Amino acid sequence: MQILNIENLKMYFLTLRGWVKAVDDVSFTLEKGDTLGLAGESGCGKTSTALCVLRLLPRNGKIFGGTINFEGKDILKLGEHELRREIRWKKISTIFQGAMNALHPTTKVGDQIIESITAHENVSKKEAKKRAESLLDLVGMGASRIDRYPHELSGGMKQRVMIAMSLACNPDLVIADEPTTALDVIIEAQVLKVMQDLQHKLNLTMILISHDLSMIAETCNKVAIMYAGKIVEQGDTASLYKEPLHPYTQKLVTAFPSIIGPKKELSSIHGFPPDLLNPPPGCRFHPRCNYAMEICRKVEPPTVFIGNKNHGVACHLISGEKS
Amino acid sequence: MTESIIKAEHLTKHFPIKTSFFKTLLSKQTPVVHAVDDISFEIGAEEIFGLVGESGCGKTTTGKLLLRLIQPTSGKIYFKGKNITNLTDQEMRKTRQKIQVIFQDPYESLNPRMSIYDIISEPVHVQKAARSLEEIKDKITKVMEDMDLVPPEEFLYRFPHELSGGQRQRVAIARAFILQPQFIVADEPVSMLDASIRSEVAKLILSLVEKFHISFLYITHDIALSRYMCNRIAVMYLGKIVERGPTDDVIQHPFHPYTEALIAAVPVPDPTVKRTEIVLKGEIPSAVNPPSGCRFHTRCMYAQDICKKEEPPLVESGNRYFACYFPLRKL
Repeated sequence: MQILNIENLKMYFLTLRGWVKAVDDVSFTLEKGDTLGLAGESGCGKTSTALCVLRLLPRNGKIFGGTINFEGKDILKLGEHELRREIRWKKISTIFQGAMNALHPTTKVGDQIIESITAHENVSKKEAKKRAESLLDLVGMGASRIDRYPHELSGGMKQRVMIAMSLACNPDLVIADEPTTALDVIIEAQVLKVMQDLQHKLNLTMILISHDLSMIAETCNKVAIMYAGKIVEQGDTASLYKEPLHPYTQKLVTAFPSIIGPKKELSSIHGFPPDLLNPPPGCRFHPRCNYAMEICRKVEPPTVFIGNKNHGVACHLISGEKS
Repeated sequence: MTESIIKAEHLTKHFPIKTSFFKTLLSKQTPVVHAVDDISFEIGAEEIFGLVGESGCGKTTTGKLLLRLIQPTSGKIYFKGKNITNLTDQEMRKTRQKIQVIFQDPYESLNPRMSIYDIISEPVHVQKAARSLEEIKDKITKVMEDMDLVPPEEFLYRFPHELSGGQRQRVAIARAFILQPQFIVADEPVSMLDASIRSEVAKLILSLVEKFHISFLYITHDIALSRYMCNRIAVMYLGKIVERGPTDDVIQHPFHPYTEALIAAVPVPDPTVKRTEIVLKGEIPSAVNPPSGCRFHTRCMYAQDICKKEEPPLVESGNRYFACYFPLRKL
């Protein structure tokens, strides 16, 4: 069952120097139970795309077009009140970046979870507390920690509270924005394990935003690679890692060191991502691409779907070959 | 390893914790954080020695101790055979020409109000290492070319905010290299950079070692990257070195259960690989009251009675060292 369908989404930020094209013509779909990894370097528009889905844009961000179809409703057409009553947190919730600072420092973690339940649902405080306790159990923290303040908890525990809170109203879609950055490897492994278990137990649909392709390889069944506000390649995790088609993905996949298997040369990309105020014409990756052709500098490559129709790539090398 | 460039012997650093005046009167001992506890290692010429561990295990403190930015509680540091532990600031200043540092975050380690020229030339001024302006300019041009910051004129009069993260880190490396040091402490030099740029800077560091015959102390939490960077690594846990040896040996055949867990926790960039699952319970205990005996026993799945009582000594096996009573494989 299709749960989320984003088509041609465009979102720009107004700055003093002009419009920054943070999300430019992004399309993807999510089926129930999918985990989509949204990957890319900093500033490529991963978080902005997620904020559009929740309609939590800062004031200078404006959506210029496209549709976000969530369970048959276009989120972009809903009124603020309806969005708040019906969608946000109840249907779509999020685990914010930097959980360490996302919790209120002078409120007990239990009360913060209870608040998020009572704000969205008509339940008594007692009932909400019961649910908060079972949520803390669910994320492996134990209900006994319900009366703790955030400063009494370690980073990994705070992250678990954030996960519990995102599940407070049984959402259909959870957006996790860099849920494990700033955590140590061992704690990261613990938190990822909790998330994977929950996903199996509750059949959650998730969008996982991360710059770490190793982490996405382990947790997601679908990947979308973003570069400079566009999705350059998307598909099943297995096929995309095995046979990356876009030159950017090819470099990115092999830029991560692996601890097992033979030592392979790490790839790197010269230059740096473009300024989104004036993105380069044609393919946005062409100034850094080793295979750039004349057409890449002029014409924007369309996304073509190949193979089992799930693997999409926006590159002239591929579309040219096809035609 | 022919000649050791830097050598640490039983290096220890305890940070006292501030308590109230009355508590100090009442108790005999002030509590201390055992940041680094009795560690020893040697770094040879042209060697990259990795220090790996979770945050709070004492990696950075060790780096600062070697740089003499903080004074060790006990233990000795030798630089090219000379004891530099108790040198005065003035004597140390001369040695510092040869010992430099690269910090983690190039967004914070460069003064935003100084131009690239000022930043890179500052060590030359401080050390009075050039006689004329021409000489300074020559040095800067050369070091910038070595760092791939070309053409140098394009960067000299710009400010840090005008550069990308990768370029900034190159400037930070250029600043460390301009005095032609023999030993560099690199504290997570690439962890703040994006993946595509990270490997570029990592490769730059490797090529510099080859070209200028420098030794590195490479501090990192990323054991997967240490495989590409380091000749030997030491794994730290709560202020102690628990295992030490050639990088590939340690990663492929770890002796210490902590090393094994640390390696198992690293995600693999290949969806077809299922890694062995060893997820440690709990978190690093407090360094104020570290556990008795082996400091890892509270989280170790092989722990027995002796581990709680007595601290395991560092055992030597060939070129490997480890501190564990029940190593994962036979010697």
